[in-house]
Amino acid sequence: MSVPQPQDGTPILELRGVDKHFGAIQVLHGVDLKVYPGQVTALVGDNGAGKSTLIKSIAGIHPIDGGQLLFEGKPVTVTGPRDSAALGIEVVYQDLALADNLDVVQNMFLGRERTKGILLDEASMEQAARDTLAKLSVRTLKSVRQLVSSLSGGQRQTVAIAKAVLWESKVVILDEPTAALGVAQTRQVLDLVRRLADTGHAVVFISHNMVDVFEVSDRIAALYLGRMAADVPISEVDRTRVVELITTGRSGDLGIEPAAVAEVGA
Amino acid sequence: MTSNTVSASTVEPGGAPSGFEADKGPDSVGAAVRGYVDKIRGGDLGALPAVLGIVVLTVLFYALRPETFLTPLNLTNLLVQAAPITLLAMGLVFVLLLGDIDLSAGVVSGVCAAVSAQLLAEQGVSWWVAILAALITGLVIGLVTGTLVGLIGIPSFVVTLALFLGLQGVTLRIIGQGGTVPIREPVIRGLTNEYVPVTGGWILAAVVVLLYAALQLNRWRVQRARGLASAPLGIVIARIAVIAVVTVVITAILSADRALSAAVELKGIPYAIPVVVVLLLVLTFVAGRTTFGRHVYAVGGNSEAARRAGINVTRIRILVFGLSSTMAAVSGLVAAARLSSVTPGSGGGNTLLYAVGAAVIGGTSLFGGRGRVRDAVLGGLVIAIIANGLGLLQVSAYLNFIITGGVLLLAATVDALARRRAAAAPR
Repeated sequence: MSVPQPQDGTPILELRGVDKHFGAIQVLHGVDLKVYPGQVTALVGDNGAGKSTLIKSIAGIHPIDGGQLLFEGKPVTVTGPRDSAALGIEVVYQDLALADNLDVVQNMFLGRERTKGILLDEASMEQAARDTLAKLSVRTLKSVRQLVSSLSGGQRQTVAIAKAVLWESKVVILDEPTAALGVAQTRQVLDLVRRLADTGHAVVFISHNMVDVFEVSDRIAALYLGRMAADVPISEVDRTRVVELITTGRSGDLGIEPAAVAEVGA
Repeated sequence: MTSNTVSASTVEPGGAPSGFEADKGPDSVGAAVRGYVDKIRGGDLGALPAVLGIVVLTVLFYALRPETFLTPLNLTNLLVQAAPITLLAMGLVFVLLLGDIDLSAGVVSGVCAAVSAQLLAEQGVSWWVAILAALITGLVIGLVTGTLVGLIGIPSFVVTLALFLGLQGVTLRIIGQGGTVPIREPVIRGLTNEYVPVTGGWILAAVVVLLYAALQLNRWRVQRARGLASAPLGIVIARIAVIAVVTVVITAILSADRALSAAVELKGIPYAIPVVVVLLLVLTFVAGRTTFGRHVYAVGGNSEAARRAGINVTRIRILVFGLSSTMAAVSGLVAAARLSSVTPGSGGGNTLLYAVGAAVIGGTSLFGGRGRVRDAVLGGLVIAIIANGLGLLQVSAYLNFIITGGVLLLAATVDALARRRAAAAPR
């Protein structure tokens, strides 16, 4: 189902030994992660494993305390959301952050409106929004001038993702995009996630649902209590092993050293 | 992945398979009307309650006072009565769009009018200095309010309640206990007591209609040419026709001789009306066609989303309160012109209640994110019709208060129910 990608290519985004602590509590311990263009990297882990902290670190909301962030092979510093946006990293949060009282086009361009003089350039914005949605083969919206309040959960997720794509983003991070959706809507969103990667984006996909993960992902990164247990191509693991990695941090030859597990568990 | 699974799986349950078909639909007025009915059912009532209110109240008061209510003289009075309410409400619409409230707006209009009246009376400044001083006073008060709300984070309800009390003291200090400052300056008095010559009035009316028609048709043409979402031509023309008819009817009424004695001639549009129309156009433009306006709606709809989108929410709040209080100053000047004086009580009493009522009756939500500048005009007319009609019926003051308060509560109820209905609408 996935497009074959050279595994030896340079990752567009790479984390090396990233540490993060809040006060005395260390949340991330030397986390390594590689994200490749054209691939979906699933980020999995139990509640409290540090998934949200990790993406917020990448997004600049919680800047990292130690380690390195490399973008296109070059070390970068991200100290705020604007830095990550400037690099081409877009995060689609679980609560979506759409304004219900605005329409699809207005939401997609929120904060970055196109203008002609002091006038909003509605025609050009609507055109660009349409083009982006068409590029992602979104067929579920009746009108791009529909208010977001009238959209279903899946359609909202679609708009939020399309919004991220509109900004020539290279890395799109999706925080549990299917968590609150029904079967058909999950289907739509998964298709869209796949198309994102197929159009050359590097996608980081956070999910608790193993079925979804195995359906769309090319690589899988499992966090266990703030440590990266494994970051491997999906072909190297199966569902049982991933669940093991999530719950114990180890599975066969993969995972954190038993000593480290014991230390973390203590 | 095969294209087959894409097309099969992206069909929304109960939805249609193709993309954006509603944007490319046939040019059907029927479909547009059905869309409007759906919108109303979904809880978005728009201008409907206000328009119904205007019609019902007009019929009611005409039935009760057939010999006085619909005369050109009374209708002119009514429009002049509506002007300060509408101007105040126009500024409040922006504050309400944010989901905030400005309880001090009425009192601010009083302070600004007092500053300008006192400057005219004591310093003998020219009219434009007096007007500028009032506007700047309003702007400064608004920016301070906005800073307290946006930057410090005090709820707007509390900040403006404090100002509501405090600024009454300021007006009292400026005017002096029990005093009344008359306004004799002809330009400011002329806002409500001088009239545009009849020919000039008709030219103004024609300009407004033609401008509106040109803007609407041009927008429609551009949308069609580029294959964007657009209303059917029939609807666009119907909108233009409604605006044209309303403008012509009002101009005709105001151009009729309304003098009570045959010896004098009294006709033409009071200058306050073009002021309202110009500000309506300018503020509608600001709200709908500028980045600032878009951001106001966004902050009102979801301030967290606005913040994450990089919008400076604090700046928007400060500017909106500045705008609102500046409009309060304009309203205060027109009210002062109408009464030809400023008293310590100017802008107090039911001024604010009327203006908030006007905005809400017009369709602006108290919950933020929904509303238009024109709501202030429609709602302002409803309020003015009630005040004017009850005046003609010579009902006691106490009833006047109770009825107006009741109407505001009714409008707020409709707003809250519409919101619940919208929230409960199937997704």
